[in-house]
Amino acid sequence: MTNAEATPRLHFEAVPWAAGMLDAEPERLVFERSSPGRRASSFPDGGGLPEVDPDTALPAGFRRTAPVRLPEVSERDLVRHYTRLAHRNYAVDLGFYPLGSCTMKYNPKVAEAAAALPGFARLHPAQPAEQVQGALELLARLEHALCELTGLAAATFQPAAGAHGELTGLLIIRAHHEARNDPRRRVVIPDAAHGTNPASVRLAGFEVTTVASSPEGLVDLDALERVLDTDVAAFMITNPNTLGLFERNIARVAELVHGVGGQLYYDGANFNAILGKARPGDMGFDVVHLNLHKTFATPHGGGGPGAGPLVVAEHLADFLPAPVVVKDGPGGSGGPRGGPPEGTFYRWDADRPRSIGRVHGWNGNFGILVRAFAYLLANGGDGLRGVAERAVLNANYLLERLSTAYQLGYPSRPVMHEFVLSARKQKGQGARGLDIAKGLIDRGFHPPTVYFPLIVEEALMVEPTETESLETLDSFADAMLEIAAQAATDAHPLHEAPVTAPVGRLDEARAARQLVARWHPPSDPDQATSDPADEGPPDKPTS
Amino acid sequence: MSYQPHTSEDVDRMLAALGLDDVDQLFQPIPSDLRAPADLDLPRPHAEQEVAAELGRLAARNRHLDELTCFLGAGVYDHYVPASVWYLAGRGEFATSYTPYQPEMSQGVLQALFEYQTLISELTGLEVSNASLYDGASAVAEAATMAVAATGRSELLVSAAVAPRVRELLETYSQGLDLKLVEVGALDGRTDLEELRDRAGDQTAGVLLAQPNFFGVVEDVAAAAELAHGAGAKLLVSFDPLTAGVLEPPGRLGADIVVGEGQGLGNHPNFGGPAFGFLACDPADVRRLPGRLVGQTVDSTGRRAFVLTLQAREQHIRREKATSNICTNQTLNAIAAAVYLAWLGPQGLEELGQLCLRAARYAADRLTRIPGVRLAFPDQPFVKEFAVRLPADPAEVGRRLVDHGLLAGLPLAGLAPGLEDGLLVAVTERRTRADIDRLADAMATVLADLGAGQAQGGAGGPVAAGDGRREGEGVGR
Repeated sequence: MTNAEATPRLHFEAVPWAAGMLDAEPERLVFERSSPGRRASSFPDGGGLPEVDPDTALPAGFRRTAPVRLPEVSERDLVRHYTRLAHRNYAVDLGFYPLGSCTMKYNPKVAEAAAALPGFARLHPAQPAEQVQGALELLARLEHALCELTGLAAATFQPAAGAHGELTGLLIIRAHHEARNDPRRRVVIPDAAHGTNPASVRLAGFEVTTVASSPEGLVDLDALERVLDTDVAAFMITNPNTLGLFERNIARVAELVHGVGGQLYYDGANFNAILGKARPGDMGFDVVHLNLHKTFATPHGGGGPGAGPLVVAEHLADFLPAPVVVKDGPGGSGGPRGGPPEGTFYRWDADRPRSIGRVHGWNGNFGILVRAFAYLLANGGDGLRGVAERAVLNANYLLERLSTAYQLGYPSRPVMHEFVLSARKQKGQGARGLDIAKGLIDRGFHPPTVYFPLIVEEALMVEPTETESLETLDSFADAMLEIAAQAATDAHPLHEAPVTAPVGRLDEARAARQLVARWHPPSDPDQATSDPADEGPPDKPTS
Repeated sequence: MSYQPHTSEDVDRMLAALGLDDVDQLFQPIPSDLRAPADLDLPRPHAEQEVAAELGRLAARNRHLDELTCFLGAGVYDHYVPASVWYLAGRGEFATSYTPYQPEMSQGVLQALFEYQTLISELTGLEVSNASLYDGASAVAEAATMAVAATGRSELLVSAAVAPRVRELLETYSQGLDLKLVEVGALDGRTDLEELRDRAGDQTAGVLLAQPNFFGVVEDVAAAAELAHGAGAKLLVSFDPLTAGVLEPPGRLGADIVVGEGQGLGNHPNFGGPAFGFLACDPADVRRLPGRLVGQTVDSTGRRAFVLTLQAREQHIRREKATSNICTNQTLNAIAAAVYLAWLGPQGLEELGQLCLRAARYAADRLTRIPGVRLAFPDQPFVKEFAVRLPADPAEVGRRLVDHGLLAGLPLAGLAPGLEDGLLVAVTERRTRADIDRLADAMATVLADLGAGQAQGGAGGPVAAGDGRREGEGVGR
């Protein structure tokens, strides 16, 4: 159904992964590959274990009464099905993924190999400390490095993601104020903040006060001052902010917030920009969460697992979730094979009376922490500074190339690791941000984050990261400029995009109005859930 | 080792395009007094082989479950992970992708999650599953929030037979929520339904049980559902999905929200994470569902396709009015679970449950033949985990059994009042008769060495013997 004119050419570095798939029959559901009696699994026969009659082992009423309808497939079916699904998915391993605020950098494979070692993957979290000294040493050394990089005192690894870290940090701030008999109700966030910020604030039992950005895209100091009082528990901010701009007045912000007894919270989503170059602790931040799946290059996994460790200043350390790793024995280093000195013993300290308590069932996403530690070792301190430098260089270079055709959301430059364009001009020509995004898919690139931050009209938020080459950036810029030219002459083809992806544009409103959230066998009575009251999704920011 | 592709010529060209001489000029917005010190105490850069060697050294300092035969469970279990699971889930197209916000180029992850949701729905007996949560414990807190929102009430009755870690997490989460936790005691290892009846009232938003519970005991979910519903409350059940081959899914017994830890579904123990939590509910509660949800729709040519849906619930749209703050979840672990369940199939699920049941009952039988070792709750049904009382300090017994290459289980001292002499033993399908015999023989030897349990009936341990049925009373109160 495609013709040569309608199919955009692929640029160098563009991924031809989906070309020609449009007419292909989509891969069936695994349930639709099922055939009664087929199977992939096998189990030992029990090797002499006495038979048990479940009818006597379990009381009636507790026993399963109907089959659990899992698919019945051979191992070959299974492998082909998921391999074909993999072929219908874009990824960093395939191509450029410039999602703003998401830091989709390359994920080193040595980290994967390390995390898969049985000495990490096959560890039970309830094993006593003497059996897991290597794991605890890793956590202690990673904590030390994160404290160095943030300029703060102590960390917890329980939070499984950034938003989880936010909640943990806000509960710590809550505990801090309560311990001083000074309970507070409000948390201030900028209008450009990530959506997780206000949601976490509510979950931690605070009310949200939003403060507007200044015309140059930074915190408006006067507006901030107006909303600050002794009922403010914290000010929560990303730096560089979601416009990719460094808050150069941050020391003054800290002074104002601390002046009313509030705590300063650092959302680490954009930490990649200042890694080793500047430290939140030195800027006056009291609490920092880091997204190791962004800054420390652990794979995003299609939406997790991540890791959102929280690092805090000395005065908040007692409130961290228990247990924490502590090190007993002689100080210093220089043990055998580069390990800690003889007599060193790492253990969990659960005796933390001021702790807010657990936020994870065990030790957080340890496997992700192993990968982050591998990344830390590979780069070293000097390498991490280089990460920030190249990330910022890449962003500014790409912005320079794109600024001929696209407006910048806020005029301030240089930007740090990312920037926000506005497709305002293209919208006037008939191509919205979403159309530009879909046009990029046809040109073999993942689009930037669209419609976020909310304060920029038709926002396109671009974060190239440091692992992309000059050739990739140029190739992407060519595609973006071509789309701008297309919009200027005739925007209509962009409305049809994508035409080369495995599927065309989706009816997202229908998905919400007639909710089908699981598969049912054709013989099933129609149990599809639907709620006609739904008004359909609004424009959605994506990050 | 650096992962940046820039040659020095590249850097020069890029700087020239920007009209700059030095990359540091781009950091001019950072005031000079806020620049990081140059002497941070960080590792030097390492070559890849040095990274591999150092991580190998650290891994070798851990005694993992291929070295020690594992009878330790308490929420994380040594179930077999088939080779195909991470061969597939670990593929770069899944592992190195972001949240599928651009559905046209993310159908692989979206379809895998749609299949995952269907599988979780089948296992739990409830219609709608989200696309995963952080872990089983935080999933319980999300379920509690849902119950509060659904009922407009704030009290959660929590069984003392729910794992202590989960109850600790609930305490933490409740600090910021309008959520009051009220404990319901356990009687003979099982939630005290009489006490539940007394405590459930017009303030009760929900009732929380675990199935099987922390002690491995199978609960009467149907009876609890009746009591919860009688008070106008929701029944929340934390369910071990690996028991679904032999136990009736809680959703079919009246549970309104079923959550759980998904680690056993194709995920390695990973020292506690990453694995994932799941959450399933009735369609009536879908507006309050936390986290991501994949729905089916059609594309512009009418073909079936999948997309993240009902995003109006989520934090990036609703901000402070969102149903939860969940953004990044545990998608890849959920995909691994989908692969695992398709590998398992209905027969496999049933055989797995049967094998656990047989192995656990054999283990209970062998262990209780050791003088002084008794089941903590001899009259209660269990599937793969049970508590025994030992005639010596379980922590010390456990330490000595490590010398026999065995991880005997979880000592219960400090975790369950009245069970200071308790050891929680988990037996999965991976444990053979020979493994169990080895545990029983070694435990007998260790107890004999400790001079414990010589006399039939078990006197001589730190806790006086008594009638098995009565001993469980008050546990967890």
